[in-house]
Amino acid sequence: MKTVYFDNNATTKVAEEVLAEMEPYFCQFYGNPSSMHTFGGQIGTKIRQAREQVAELLGCDPSEIVFTSGGTESDNAAINGTLAAVPNKRKVITTRIEHQAVLAVCRELENHGYVVVELAVDKDGQLDLNELQENIDDDTALVTIMYANNETGVIFPIDKIAEIVTSRGVVFHMDAVQAVGKIPLNLSKCHIDFLSLSGHKLHGPKGVGVLYVRKGTRLSPFMLGGHQEGGRRAGTENVPAIIGLGKACELAAKSIKEENDKIKQLRDKLEDAILKRCPDARLNGDKHNRLPNTANISFEYIEGEAILLMLDKFGICASSGSACTSGSLEPSHVLRAMGVPFTAAHGSIRFSLSRYNTEEEVDYTLEKLPSIVNRLRELSPFVAK
Amino acid sequence: MWDYTDKLKDHFFNPRNVGEIKNPDGVGEVGSLACGDALKLTFELDENGRIKDAKFKTFGCASAIATSSVLTEMIKGKMLDEAAKITNKDIADYLGGLPEQKMHCSVMGREALEAAVENYRTGGKKKHELEGNIVCTCFGVTDKEIERVIRENNLTTVEEVTNYCKAGGGCGGCKGEIEKIIETIQGDRVKQPIHPSPRKSTKLTNIQKIQLIQQTINEQIRPALRADGGNIELIDVDGNKVIVAFRGMCAQCQLAEFTLKDVVEAKLREFVSQDLYVEEDKDSAQQPHNHRG
Repeated sequence: MKTVYFDNNATTKVAEEVLAEMEPYFCQFYGNPSSMHTFGGQIGTKIRQAREQVAELLGCDPSEIVFTSGGTESDNAAINGTLAAVPNKRKVITTRIEHQAVLAVCRELENHGYVVVELAVDKDGQLDLNELQENIDDDTALVTIMYANNETGVIFPIDKIAEIVTSRGVVFHMDAVQAVGKIPLNLSKCHIDFLSLSGHKLHGPKGVGVLYVRKGTRLSPFMLGGHQEGGRRAGTENVPAIIGLGKACELAAKSIKEENDKIKQLRDKLEDAILKRCPDARLNGDKHNRLPNTANISFEYIEGEAILLMLDKFGICASSGSACTSGSLEPSHVLRAMGVPFTAAHGSIRFSLSRYNTEEEVDYTLEKLPSIVNRLRELSPFVAK
Repeated sequence: MWDYTDKLKDHFFNPRNVGEIKNPDGVGEVGSLACGDALKLTFELDENGRIKDAKFKTFGCASAIATSSVLTEMIKGKMLDEAAKITNKDIADYLGGLPEQKMHCSVMGREALEAAVENYRTGGKKKHELEGNIVCTCFGVTDKEIERVIRENNLTTVEEVTNYCKAGGGCGGCKGEIEKIIETIQGDRVKQPIHPSPRKSTKLTNIQKIQLIQQTINEQIRPALRADGGNIELIDVDGNKVIVAFRGMCAQCQLAEFTLKDVVEAKLREFVSQDLYVEEDKDSAQQPHNHRG
């Protein structure tokens, strides 16, 4: 059975070009870039190249790139590293719909005497920027807000947010894990102090990410040991993964516009047809300010995990914000923050596409999904015959 | 990815006895849309009091649907008294086991069966009523229900209780209470709890008292307020006076006064000292956040 992979916000396929670039650095050029000999030292050139490739995609200087083990490490490092660098300020502002890698860190801070403000979102998943403005005060050490939401794909007006935050002299961290490679970004035109990204969300390998640190921004080293990454993040470099991430960024920079037109077209076709063919289905999140690849749709009166398992039987991979798939007993904190009723939150399905998806796959899914929804509705006590 | 048995998958993909019996002898409805699963069970008896037919309708995940399906299969052909003895463990065993996190589905099956039998016996149209006092407000689980799953399944940790009946799986504010129920029932057999709750000791130094107050706020109070988008900050401790400030939704909540006495003060008295009283520090409250949506 063929696999139709519509779960690209969870992880993506490693691009063939990326794998080819990585391959020699396992058995052939396995040296340590910190070594004095040529065999190891030459690897440093490749790491430098990767740093440039990432910087090119982000519109920043290569010296501002710190390689990490992924998005979660970058988020943890930015938040904790900033607070360690400004020990006299005790307030952090974030939103209720951040990824757990930010939210869990902030909530832990509360247990250590920090004041954490979680900004609310409206029914479209958008912030009230006045509320952000009102909450920034002299005690505020950091504002950490995501660029694009992983569940709904909703994009925040990051230029405006950056302007509000940095004009008050407060450090701004942006979790851009879902946005990088999907929508254009230029750090030279927008004052962001820290940015997190993850390799495996843009067709790079797992286990590698980046923390962008704007020149002049104070950050305490977050991994102590050797001198790697300018002493900020010690530990021998994950050489093949860093090289792969560099290549993935190069590919993304080249094709972001053209590919996203294609992805958006497929997403729109899938989304429009589902909403048309399945009664009591609703779209979650701001329809207009959204990643081109993500569709989050709720099917009322049925439960997400059951839908996923039936899709799985046909080889279709998606994800859900239902309680049964969240690892807890409550449905998605993002949908709940948006005020999506429980009836719809439990039955939410996220389809997230990539450049490797085809129209044929969309058609195949459209052929299977409506009957799955109907079948589960026949079982549901909340649907009148 | 849940680890489901083939039998469970079979009952999910090919559910038996779907529907509702017209003019049933017994109807049991449990769960709700908010909880994420719900089951409506109907059955019909023959002239000898044997279950002639049973049907179900279920809103829920794969294991909730499969559990409902096997339940109907298990009770069909049984005398009512015999069927009424089926436990959640019997249902799980019949499926060849359920993932731990899904055991609550089997409990829902047993509850629906009980509700349907009760409905038949009392003849009334009234819905299955909860016995005991609500412990978990997020999922509406009572102390009686928690006690029962602990006894029937020999549970010893809060995590297990959450897996079996959902209690404690929302804001987590009731975990301390669940621990106490486990201790009462299991006594010495209880494993050391994973999250030890603060304990009262006879004589606290000022430093110990403040630490315990902070710990109680972190573990017992904040999670409950968080569930409604609120928050709390400890401002100061002056003798037995604990000064706190509400944040987020709580800062402008009409019920803040109630929360202060009924939640904050009650928990601090329970976990720290009976002599404590709580005051709200309104001056330190920051500009209220405008919550919408």
